[in-house]
Amino acid sequence: MLNLDFSIFTWSLVQNFIVKGFIFSLTLTAIATLGGVFFGTLLALMRLSGQKWLDLPAAFYVNAMRSVPLVMVILWFFLLVPLIIGQPIGAEYSAVITFIAFEAAYFSEIMRAGIQSIPRGQVFAGQALGMTYGQNMKLVILPQAFRNMLPVLLTQTIILFQDTSLVYAIGAYDLLKGFETAGKNFGRPIEMYLLAAVVYFIISFSLSSVVKRIHRKIAIIR
Amino acid sequence: MAMDWSVFCKDTLTGEVMPGCFGSGQDITYLNWLFSAWGWTVAVSLTALVVALVAGSVVGVIRTLPDRPGLVRLGNAWVELFRNIPLLVQIFLWYFVVPALIPPMKDFPPFILVVLALGLFTSARIAEQVRAGIQALPKGQRYAGMALGLTTPQYYRYVLLPMAYRIIIPPLTSESMNIFKNSAVAFAVSIPELTQYALQVGEETARPIEVYIAVTILYAVSALIINRIFAWIEKRARVPGFVAAGTGAGGH
Repeated sequence: MLNLDFSIFTWSLVQNFIVKGFIFSLTLTAIATLGGVFFGTLLALMRLSGQKWLDLPAAFYVNAMRSVPLVMVILWFFLLVPLIIGQPIGAEYSAVITFIAFEAAYFSEIMRAGIQSIPRGQVFAGQALGMTYGQNMKLVILPQAFRNMLPVLLTQTIILFQDTSLVYAIGAYDLLKGFETAGKNFGRPIEMYLLAAVVYFIISFSLSSVVKRIHRKIAIIR
Repeated sequence: MAMDWSVFCKDTLTGEVMPGCFGSGQDITYLNWLFSAWGWTVAVSLTALVVALVAGSVVGVIRTLPDRPGLVRLGNAWVELFRNIPLLVQIFLWYFVVPALIPPMKDFPPFILVVLALGLFTSARIAEQVRAGIQALPKGQRYAGMALGLTTPQYYRYVLLPMAYRIIIPPLTSESMNIFKNSAVAFAVSIPELTQYALQVGEETARPIEVYIAVTILYAVSALIINRIFAWIEKRARVPGFVAAGTGAGGH
Protein backbone atom coordinates (compact mmCIF):
# COMPACT_ATOMS: atom_id res chain seq x y z
CA MET A 1 0.00 0.00 0.00
CA LEU A 2 1.29 3.35 -0.99
CA ASN A 3 1.59 6.23 1.44
CA LEU A 4 -0.80 8.94 0.48
CA ASP A 5 0.18 12.38 1.65
CA PHE A 6 -2.47 15.04 1.58
CA SER A 7 -0.46 17.55 3.62
CA ILE A 8 0.18 19.69 0.54
CA PHE A 9 -3.55 20.24 0.22
CA THR A 10 -3.73 23.52 2.08
CA TRP A 11 -5.87 26.62 1.81
CA SER A 12 -3.16 28.45 -0.07
CA LEU A 13 -2.98 25.64 -2.65
CA VAL A 14 -6.74 25.89 -3.08
CA GLN A 15 -6.47 29.63 -3.55
CA ASN A 16 -3.56 29.44 -5.95
CA PHE A 17 -4.64 26.53 -8.15
CA ILE A 18 -8.18 25.34 -7.56
CA VAL A 19 -10.38 28.42 -7.18
CA LYS A 20 -9.59 29.81 -10.64
CA GLY A 21 -10.37 26.50 -12.31
CA PHE A 22 -13.46 25.91 -10.23
CA ILE A 23 -14.87 29.33 -11.14
CA PHE A 24 -14.22 28.62 -14.82
CA SER A 25 -15.96 25.22 -14.64
CA LEU A 26 -19.00 26.75 -12.92
CA THR A 27 -19.12 29.73 -15.29
CA LEU A 28 -18.83 27.46 -18.30
CA THR A 29 -21.64 25.26 -16.94
CA ALA A 30 -23.88 28.26 -16.26
CA ILE A 31 -23.31 30.02 -19.60
CA ALA A 32 -23.60 26.78 -21.56
CA THR A 33 -26.85 25.91 -19.77
CA LEU A 34 -28.44 29.32 -20.38
CA GLY A 35 -27.16 29.58 -23.96
CA GLY A 36 -27.94 25.94 -24.64
CA VAL A 37 -31.50 26.26 -23.35
CA PHE A 38 -32.03 29.43 -25.40
CA PHE A 39 -30.72 28.05 -28.69
CA GLY A 40 -32.10 24.62 -27.86
CA THR A 41 -35.60 26.09 -27.57
CA LEU A 42 -35.16 27.80 -30.94
CA LEU A 43 -34.02 24.53 -32.49
CA ALA A 44 -36.94 22.66 -30.90
CA LEU A 45 -39.45 25.22 -32.20
CA MET A 46 -37.86 24.96 -35.66
CA ARG A 47 -38.24 21.20 -35.58
CA LEU A 48 -41.85 21.38 -34.39
CA SER A 49 -42.81 24.17 -36.79
CA GLY A 50 -44.00 21.80 -39.49
CA GLN A 51 -42.06 23.86 -42.06
CA LYS A 52 -39.59 21.70 -43.96
CA TRP A 53 -37.09 24.52 -44.54
CA LEU A 54 -36.90 25.10 -40.77
CA ASP A 55 -37.20 21.49 -39.65
CA LEU A 56 -34.56 19.91 -41.90
CA PRO A 57 -31.58 22.18 -41.11
CA ALA A 58 -32.38 22.01 -37.38
CA ALA A 59 -32.64 18.22 -37.53
CA PHE A 60 -29.37 17.99 -39.42
CA TYR A 61 -27.60 20.21 -36.90
CA VAL A 62 -28.92 18.30 -33.89
CA ASN A 63 -28.10 14.88 -35.35
CA ALA A 64 -24.64 15.96 -36.47
CA MET A 65 -23.78 17.26 -33.00
CA ARG A 66 -25.14 14.16 -31.35
CA SER A 67 -23.20 11.72 -33.51
CA VAL A 68 -19.75 13.22 -32.85
CA PRO A 69 -17.79 12.84 -29.60
CA LEU A 70 -17.75 16.02 -27.55
CA VAL A 71 -13.94 15.97 -27.53
CA MET A 72 -13.93 16.14 -31.33
CA VAL A 73 -16.46 19.00 -31.28
CA ILE A 74 -14.21 20.86 -28.85
CA LEU A 75 -11.23 20.33 -31.17
CA TRP A 76 -13.26 21.35 -34.24
CA PHE A 77 -14.36 24.63 -32.71
CA PHE A 78 -10.89 25.39 -31.41
CA LEU A 79 -9.68 24.95 -34.98
CA LEU A 80 -12.51 26.66 -36.85
CA VAL A 81 -13.60 29.61 -34.69
CA PRO A 82 -10.30 31.50 -35.17
CA LEU A 83 -10.53 30.88 -38.93
CA ILE A 84 -14.08 32.23 -39.02
CA ILE A 85 -13.59 35.32 -36.88
CA GLY A 86 -10.11 35.90 -38.30
CA GLN A 87 -8.19 36.19 -35.06
CA PRO A 88 -6.79 33.80 -32.48
CA ILE A 89 -9.05 32.98 -29.58
CA GLY A 90 -8.22 31.66 -26.11
CA ALA A 91 -9.04 28.09 -25.14
CA GLU A 92 -11.50 29.36 -22.51
CA TYR A 93 -13.55 31.44 -24.96
CA SER A 94 -13.47 28.67 -27.50
CA ALA A 95 -14.78 26.27 -24.83
CA VAL A 96 -17.70 28.57 -24.02
CA ILE A 97 -18.75 28.82 -27.68
CA THR A 98 -18.36 25.07 -28.16
CA PHE A 99 -20.43 24.12 -25.15
CA ILE A 100 -23.28 26.48 -26.05
CA ALA A 101 -23.39 25.08 -29.59
CA PHE A 102 -23.06 21.47 -28.46
CA GLU A 103 -25.50 21.60 -25.56
CA ALA A 104 -28.11 23.41 -27.69
CA ALA A 105 -28.46 20.16 -29.64
CA TYR A 106 -29.06 18.10 -26.49
CA PHE A 107 -31.33 20.67 -24.83
CA SER A 108 -33.40 20.96 -28.02
CA GLU A 109 -34.15 17.23 -27.84
CA ILE A 110 -35.25 17.63 -24.22
CA MET A 111 -37.45 20.60 -25.13
CA ARG A 112 -38.96 18.75 -28.05
CA ALA A 113 -39.77 15.71 -25.93
CA GLY A 114 -41.22 18.00 -23.24
CA ILE A 115 -43.49 19.84 -25.66
CA GLN A 116 -44.53 16.60 -27.33
CA SER A 117 -45.37 15.06 -23.95
CA ILE A 118 -48.38 17.38 -23.72
CA PRO A 119 -51.50 15.55 -24.94
CA ARG A 120 -52.95 16.87 -28.21
CA GLY A 121 -56.23 17.47 -26.41
CA GLN A 122 -54.63 20.29 -24.45
CA VAL A 123 -53.65 22.04 -27.68
CA PHE A 124 -57.14 21.59 -29.11
CA ALA A 125 -58.72 22.79 -25.87
CA GLY A 126 -56.66 25.97 -26.04
CA GLN A 127 -57.64 26.49 -29.66
CA ALA A 128 -61.31 25.85 -28.86
CA LEU A 129 -61.13 28.58 -26.23
CA GLY A 130 -60.05 30.97 -28.99
CA MET A 131 -56.43 31.32 -27.90
CA THR A 132 -53.80 32.44 -30.38
CA TYR A 133 -50.72 30.26 -31.03
CA GLY A 134 -48.67 32.45 -28.68
CA GLN A 135 -51.27 32.40 -25.91
CA ASN A 136 -51.72 28.67 -26.25
CA MET A 137 -47.94 28.09 -26.01
CA LYS A 138 -47.46 30.49 -23.11
CA LEU A 139 -50.50 29.69 -21.00
CA VAL A 140 -51.25 26.04 -21.72
CA ILE A 141 -48.42 24.07 -23.29
CA LEU A 142 -45.11 25.51 -22.08
CA PRO A 143 -45.98 25.63 -18.34
CA GLN A 144 -46.83 21.93 -18.39
CA ALA A 145 -43.99 21.04 -20.75
CA PHE A 146 -41.51 22.85 -18.54
CA ARG A 147 -42.75 20.97 -15.49
CA ASN A 148 -42.37 17.68 -17.30
CA MET A 149 -38.87 18.36 -18.55
CA LEU A 150 -37.37 20.18 -15.58
CA PRO A 151 -35.82 17.06 -13.99
CA VAL A 152 -34.26 15.96 -17.29
CA LEU A 153 -33.06 19.51 -17.89
CA LEU A 154 -31.35 19.60 -14.51
CA THR A 155 -29.86 16.15 -14.99
CA GLN A 156 -28.44 17.32 -18.32
CA THR A 157 -26.90 20.29 -16.50
CA ILE A 158 -25.15 17.92 -14.10
CA ILE A 159 -23.84 15.89 -17.05
CA LEU A 160 -22.78 19.17 -18.62
CA PHE A 161 -20.85 20.08 -15.48
CA GLN A 162 -19.02 16.75 -15.65
CA ASP A 163 -18.38 17.19 -19.37
CA THR A 164 -16.70 20.55 -18.84
CA SER A 165 -13.66 18.53 -17.72
CA LEU A 166 -13.16 17.65 -21.41
CA VAL A 167 -11.80 21.13 -22.13
CA TYR A 168 -8.61 19.34 -21.08
CA ALA A 169 -8.25 18.57 -24.80
CA ILE A 170 -7.51 22.21 -25.64
CA GLY A 171 -5.72 23.03 -22.40
CA ALA A 172 -8.30 25.37 -20.88
CA TYR A 173 -7.82 25.91 -17.14
CA ASP A 174 -10.80 24.27 -15.44
CA LEU A 175 -11.33 22.50 -12.11
CA LEU A 176 -9.58 19.30 -13.22
CA LYS A 177 -6.68 21.25 -14.72
CA GLY A 178 -6.34 23.10 -11.40
CA PHE A 179 -5.91 19.84 -9.49
CA GLU A 180 -3.60 18.46 -12.15
CA THR A 181 -1.36 21.54 -12.15
CA ALA A 182 -1.19 21.53 -8.37
CA GLY A 183 -0.34 17.82 -8.39
CA LYS A 184 2.45 18.31 -10.91
CA ASN A 185 3.89 21.35 -9.14
CA PHE A 186 4.06 19.61 -5.79
CA GLY A 187 4.93 16.15 -7.10
CA ARG A 188 1.75 14.61 -5.69
CA PRO A 189 -0.37 13.90 -8.80
CA ILE A 190 -2.03 10.78 -7.35
CA GLU A 191 -3.42 12.59 -4.32
CA MET A 192 -4.63 15.47 -6.47
CA TYR A 193 -6.42 13.22 -8.98
CA LEU A 194 -8.12 11.51 -6.04
CA LEU A 195 -9.19 14.84 -4.58
CA ALA A 196 -10.46 15.98 -7.98
CA ALA A 197 -12.61 12.84 -8.17
CA VAL A 198 -13.94 13.48 -4.65
CA VAL A 199 -14.82 17.10 -5.44
CA TYR A 200 -16.59 16.20 -8.70
CA PHE A 201 -18.41 13.38 -6.94
CA ILE A 202 -19.62 15.53 -4.04
CA ILE A 203 -20.91 18.26 -6.35
CA SER A 204 -22.60 15.93 -8.85
CA PHE A 205 -24.02 13.63 -6.18
CA SER A 206 -25.54 16.40 -4.09
CA LEU A 207 -26.98 18.09 -7.17
CA SER A 208 -28.54 14.85 -8.38
CA SER A 209 -30.06 14.27 -4.92
CA VAL A 210 -31.65 17.71 -5.19
CA VAL A 211 -32.93 16.86 -8.67
CA LYS A 212 -34.47 13.64 -7.34
CA ARG A 213 -36.32 15.60 -4.67
CA ILE A 214 -37.56 18.16 -7.20
CA HIS A 215 -38.67 15.32 -9.45
CA ARG A 216 -40.86 13.85 -6.69
CA LYS A 217 -42.29 17.24 -5.79
CA ILE A 218 -43.00 18.53 -9.25
CA ALA A 219 -44.43 15.44 -10.93
CA ILE A 220 -47.84 16.18 -12.40
CA ILE A 221 -50.47 13.89 -10.99
CA ARG A 222 -52.68 12.74 -13.82
CA MET B 1 -9.92 27.12 -48.09
CA ALA B 2 -8.60 24.51 -50.45
CA MET B 3 -8.55 20.96 -49.23
CA ASP B 4 -5.70 18.64 -49.98
CA TRP B 5 -6.72 15.05 -49.52
CA SER B 6 -3.41 13.69 -50.77
CA VAL B 7 -2.21 14.18 -47.21
CA PHE B 8 -3.53 10.70 -46.39
CA CYS B 9 -1.39 9.12 -49.10
CA LYS B 10 1.80 10.54 -47.63
CA ASP B 11 4.42 8.39 -46.01
CA THR B 12 4.48 9.14 -42.28
CA LEU B 13 8.27 9.46 -42.21
CA THR B 14 9.35 10.94 -45.53
CA GLY B 15 6.13 12.87 -46.25
CA GLU B 16 6.19 11.66 -49.86
CA VAL B 17 2.95 10.74 -51.58
CA MET B 18 2.89 6.96 -52.00
CA PRO B 19 1.38 5.40 -55.12
CA GLY B 20 -1.80 3.54 -54.22
CA CYS B 21 -2.08 5.41 -50.94
CA PHE B 22 -1.16 2.40 -48.80
CA GLY B 23 2.36 1.81 -47.63
CA SER B 24 4.01 -1.57 -47.40
CA GLY B 25 5.89 -3.19 -44.55
CA GLN B 26 7.46 -0.65 -42.25
CA ASP B 27 6.58 2.28 -44.51
CA ILE B 28 3.08 3.31 -43.61
CA THR B 29 0.98 6.19 -44.90
CA TYR B 30 -1.34 8.37 -42.86
CA LEU B 31 -4.19 6.34 -44.31
CA ASN B 32 -2.71 3.13 -42.86
CA TRP B 33 -2.35 4.92 -39.57
CA LEU B 34 -5.94 6.21 -39.75
CA PHE B 35 -7.29 2.67 -40.07
CA SER B 36 -5.09 1.46 -37.26
CA ALA B 37 -6.46 4.29 -35.09
CA TRP B 38 -9.99 3.28 -36.03
CA GLY B 39 -9.08 -0.26 -35.03
CA TRP B 40 -8.01 0.99 -31.59
CA THR B 41 -11.26 2.93 -31.19
CA VAL B 42 -13.28 -0.14 -32.14
CA ALA B 43 -11.21 -2.41 -29.89
CA VAL B 44 -11.47 -0.12 -26.86
CA SER B 45 -15.19 0.45 -27.41
CA LEU B 46 -16.22 -3.15 -28.01
CA THR B 47 -14.16 -4.54 -25.11
CA ALA B 48 -15.51 -1.82 -22.83
CA LEU B 49 -19.02 -2.63 -24.06
CA VAL B 50 -18.57 -6.25 -22.99
CA VAL B 51 -17.30 -5.15 -19.55
CA ALA B 52 -20.19 -2.69 -19.26
CA LEU B 53 -22.83 -5.23 -20.26
CA VAL B 54 -21.57 -7.88 -17.84
CA ALA B 55 -21.00 -5.55 -14.87
CA GLY B 56 -24.10 -3.50 -15.64
CA SER B 57 -26.31 -6.57 -15.84
CA VAL B 58 -25.04 -7.97 -12.55
CA VAL B 59 -25.42 -4.65 -10.74
CA GLY B 60 -28.79 -3.99 -12.36
CA VAL B 61 -30.11 -7.40 -11.32
CA ILE B 62 -28.95 -7.22 -7.72
CA ARG B 63 -30.66 -3.85 -7.37
CA THR B 64 -33.99 -5.57 -8.03
CA LEU B 65 -33.49 -8.59 -5.75
CA PRO B 66 -36.25 -9.03 -3.17
CA ASP B 67 -35.25 -9.32 0.52
CA ARG B 68 -31.62 -8.37 -0.09
CA PRO B 69 -31.39 -4.78 1.14
CA GLY B 70 -27.61 -5.01 1.56
CA LEU B 71 -27.01 -6.03 -2.05
CA VAL B 72 -29.53 -3.46 -3.29
CA ARG B 73 -27.68 -0.73 -1.42
CA LEU B 74 -24.35 -1.96 -2.80
CA GLY B 75 -25.77 -1.80 -6.32
CA ASN B 76 -27.13 1.69 -5.77
CA ALA B 77 -23.77 2.84 -4.39
CA TRP B 78 -22.02 1.40 -7.47
CA VAL B 79 -24.28 3.36 -9.80
CA GLU B 80 -23.87 6.62 -7.88
CA LEU B 81 -20.10 6.21 -7.67
CA PHE B 82 -19.52 5.66 -11.38
CA ARG B 83 -22.17 8.11 -12.52
CA ASN B 84 -21.08 11.14 -10.54
CA ILE B 85 -17.40 11.35 -11.53
CA PRO B 86 -16.53 12.67 -15.00
CA LEU B 87 -15.24 9.99 -17.36
CA LEU B 88 -11.96 11.82 -17.92
CA VAL B 89 -11.31 11.90 -14.16
CA GLN B 90 -12.18 8.19 -13.96
CA ILE B 91 -9.67 7.47 -16.70
CA PHE B 92 -6.99 9.34 -14.77
CA LEU B 93 -7.98 7.41 -11.62
CA TRP B 94 -7.55 4.07 -13.39
CA TYR B 95 -4.40 5.14 -15.15
CA PHE B 96 -2.51 6.87 -12.35
CA VAL B 97 -4.20 6.20 -9.01
CA VAL B 98 -5.38 2.59 -9.09
CA PRO B 99 -1.98 1.10 -10.13
CA ALA B 100 -0.34 3.13 -7.37
CA LEU B 101 -2.77 1.82 -4.77
CA ILE B 102 -2.83 -1.79 -6.05
CA PRO B 103 0.78 -2.66 -6.97
CA PRO B 104 0.01 -5.79 -9.06
CA MET B 105 -1.89 -3.55 -11.47
CA LYS B 106 1.28 -1.64 -12.30
CA ASP B 107 2.05 -4.05 -15.12
CA PHE B 108 -1.39 -3.74 -16.72
CA PRO B 109 -1.20 -2.31 -20.24
CA PRO B 110 -2.91 1.09 -20.69
CA PHE B 111 -5.45 -0.56 -22.99
CA ILE B 112 -6.81 -2.70 -20.12
CA LEU B 113 -6.95 0.28 -17.75
CA VAL B 114 -8.85 2.42 -20.24
CA VAL B 115 -11.23 -0.43 -21.01
CA LEU B 116 -11.91 -0.86 -17.29
CA ALA B 117 -12.50 2.88 -16.89
CA LEU B 118 -14.83 3.17 -19.87
CA GLY B 119 -16.54 -0.17 -19.16
CA LEU B 120 -17.28 0.47 -15.50
CA PHE B 121 -18.35 4.08 -16.20
CA THR B 122 -20.88 2.74 -18.71
CA SER B 123 -21.85 -0.18 -16.46
CA ALA B 124 -23.53 2.32 -14.09
CA ARG B 125 -25.77 3.53 -16.90
CA ILE B 126 -26.52 0.01 -18.11
CA ALA B 127 -27.27 -1.10 -14.55
CA GLU B 128 -29.82 1.70 -14.38
CA GLN B 129 -31.43 0.51 -17.62
CA VAL B 130 -31.45 -3.16 -16.59
CA ARG B 131 -33.11 -2.22 -13.30
CA ALA B 132 -35.69 -0.08 -15.10
CA GLY B 133 -36.32 -2.90 -17.58
CA ILE B 134 -36.93 -5.45 -14.84
CA GLN B 135 -39.14 -3.07 -12.88
CA ALA B 136 -41.13 -2.22 -16.01
CA LEU B 137 -42.41 -5.80 -16.07
CA PRO B 138 -45.71 -6.47 -14.30
CA LYS B 139 -45.15 -7.75 -10.75
CA GLY B 140 -47.30 -10.75 -11.62
CA GLN B 141 -44.49 -12.15 -13.78
CA ARG B 142 -42.21 -12.45 -10.78
CA TYR B 143 -44.99 -13.92 -8.63
CA ALA B 144 -45.90 -16.37 -11.38
CA GLY B 145 -42.31 -17.56 -11.45
CA MET B 146 -42.29 -17.93 -7.68
CA ALA B 147 -45.63 -19.72 -7.70
CA LEU B 148 -44.27 -22.24 -10.19
CA GLY B 149 -41.61 -23.09 -7.62
CA LEU B 150 -38.71 -21.57 -9.55
CA THR B 151 -35.72 -20.47 -7.51
CA THR B 152 -34.70 -16.80 -7.65
CA PRO B 153 -31.93 -17.38 -10.25
CA GLN B 154 -34.35 -19.53 -12.24
CA TYR B 155 -37.17 -17.01 -12.49
CA TYR B 156 -34.70 -14.28 -13.34
CA ARG B 157 -33.16 -16.44 -16.04
CA TYR B 158 -36.36 -17.83 -17.55
CA VAL B 159 -39.04 -15.23 -16.75
CA LEU B 160 -37.79 -11.73 -16.03
CA LEU B 161 -34.54 -11.21 -17.92
CA PRO B 162 -35.63 -12.43 -21.37
CA MET B 163 -38.38 -9.81 -21.41
CA ALA B 164 -36.41 -7.10 -19.59
CA TYR B 165 -33.55 -7.22 -22.10
CA ARG B 166 -35.97 -6.94 -25.00
CA ILE B 167 -37.54 -3.86 -23.41
CA ILE B 168 -34.21 -2.11 -22.96
CA ILE B 169 -32.75 -2.70 -26.41
CA PRO B 170 -33.42 0.93 -27.50
CA PRO B 171 -31.59 2.55 -24.57
CA LEU B 172 -28.86 -0.11 -24.83
CA THR B 173 -28.44 0.90 -28.45
CA SER B 174 -27.86 4.53 -27.60
CA GLU B 175 -25.55 3.55 -24.75
CA SER B 176 -23.50 1.42 -27.14
CA MET B 177 -23.26 4.35 -29.51
CA ASN B 178 -22.26 6.52 -26.55
CA ILE B 179 -19.44 4.14 -25.69
CA PHE B 180 -17.90 4.76 -29.12
CA LYS B 181 -18.16 8.50 -28.62
CA ASN B 182 -16.86 8.29 -25.05
CA SER B 183 -13.88 6.20 -26.14
CA ALA B 184 -12.53 9.48 -27.57
CA VAL B 185 -11.59 10.44 -24.02
CA ALA B 186 -8.89 7.74 -24.12
CA PHE B 187 -6.72 10.24 -26.03
CA ALA B 188 -5.89 11.76 -22.63
CA VAL B 189 -3.74 8.74 -21.72
CA SER B 190 -2.23 8.43 -25.20
CA ILE B 191 -4.12 5.42 -26.50
CA PRO B 192 -3.47 5.65 -30.28
CA GLU B 193 -7.17 5.89 -31.15
CA LEU B 194 -8.98 8.26 -33.50
CA THR B 195 -8.96 11.42 -31.38
CA GLN B 196 -5.30 10.96 -30.52
CA TYR B 197 -4.71 10.48 -34.25
CA ALA B 198 -6.62 13.68 -35.02
CA LEU B 199 -4.51 15.65 -32.55
CA GLN B 200 -1.18 14.19 -33.55
CA VAL B 201 -1.58 13.91 -37.32
CA GLY B 202 -3.45 17.20 -37.55
CA GLU B 203 -0.41 18.89 -36.13
CA GLU B 204 2.19 16.78 -37.92
CA THR B 205 0.74 17.32 -41.39
CA ALA B 206 -0.52 20.88 -40.81
CA ARG B 207 -3.72 19.66 -42.48
CA PRO B 208 -6.03 19.48 -39.44
CA ILE B 209 -9.28 20.09 -41.32
CA GLU B 210 -8.88 17.10 -43.65
CA VAL B 211 -7.75 14.94 -40.75
CA TYR B 212 -10.65 16.02 -38.50
CA ILE B 213 -13.16 15.42 -41.29
CA ALA B 214 -11.87 11.88 -41.80
CA VAL B 215 -11.94 11.14 -38.07
CA THR B 216 -15.40 12.65 -37.60
CA ILE B 217 -16.76 10.56 -40.48
CA LEU B 218 -15.27 7.38 -39.00
CA TYR B 219 -16.94 8.13 -35.64
CA ALA B 220 -20.27 8.68 -37.36
CA VAL B 221 -19.85 5.49 -39.40
CA SER B 222 -19.01 3.49 -36.26
CA ALA B 223 -22.12 4.81 -34.51
CA LEU B 224 -24.23 3.98 -37.55
CA ILE B 225 -22.92 0.41 -37.76
CA ILE B 226 -23.63 -0.18 -34.05
CA ASN B 227 -27.10 1.27 -34.54
CA ARG B 228 -27.83 -1.12 -37.44
CA ILE B 229 -26.51 -4.14 -35.53
CA PHE B 230 -28.79 -3.41 -32.60
CA ALA B 231 -31.75 -2.77 -34.91
CA TRP B 232 -31.10 -6.21 -36.39
CA ILE B 233 -30.88 -7.80 -32.94
CA GLU B 234 -34.09 -6.08 -31.92
CA LYS B 235 -35.87 -7.42 -34.98
CA ARG B 236 -34.53 -10.95 -34.49
CA ALA B 237 -35.42 -11.01 -30.79
CA ARG B 238 -38.92 -9.59 -31.13
CA VAL B 239 -41.65 -11.58 -29.45
CA PRO B 240 -44.81 -11.50 -31.58
CA GLY B 241 -47.64 -9.63 -29.90
CA PHE B 242 -45.42 -8.02 -27.29
CA VAL B 243 -45.02 -4.29 -27.73
CA ALA B 244 -41.87 -3.21 -25.94
CA ALA B 245 -42.12 0.03 -24.02
CA GLY B 246 -38.72 1.67 -24.04
CA THR B 247 -37.24 3.52 -21.11
CA GLY B 248 -35.64 6.88 -21.67
CA ALA B 249 -31.91 7.38 -21.61
CA GLY B 250 -30.05 10.65 -21.37
CA GLY B 251 -26.43 11.61 -21.42
CA HIS B 252 -23.83 11.91 -24.06
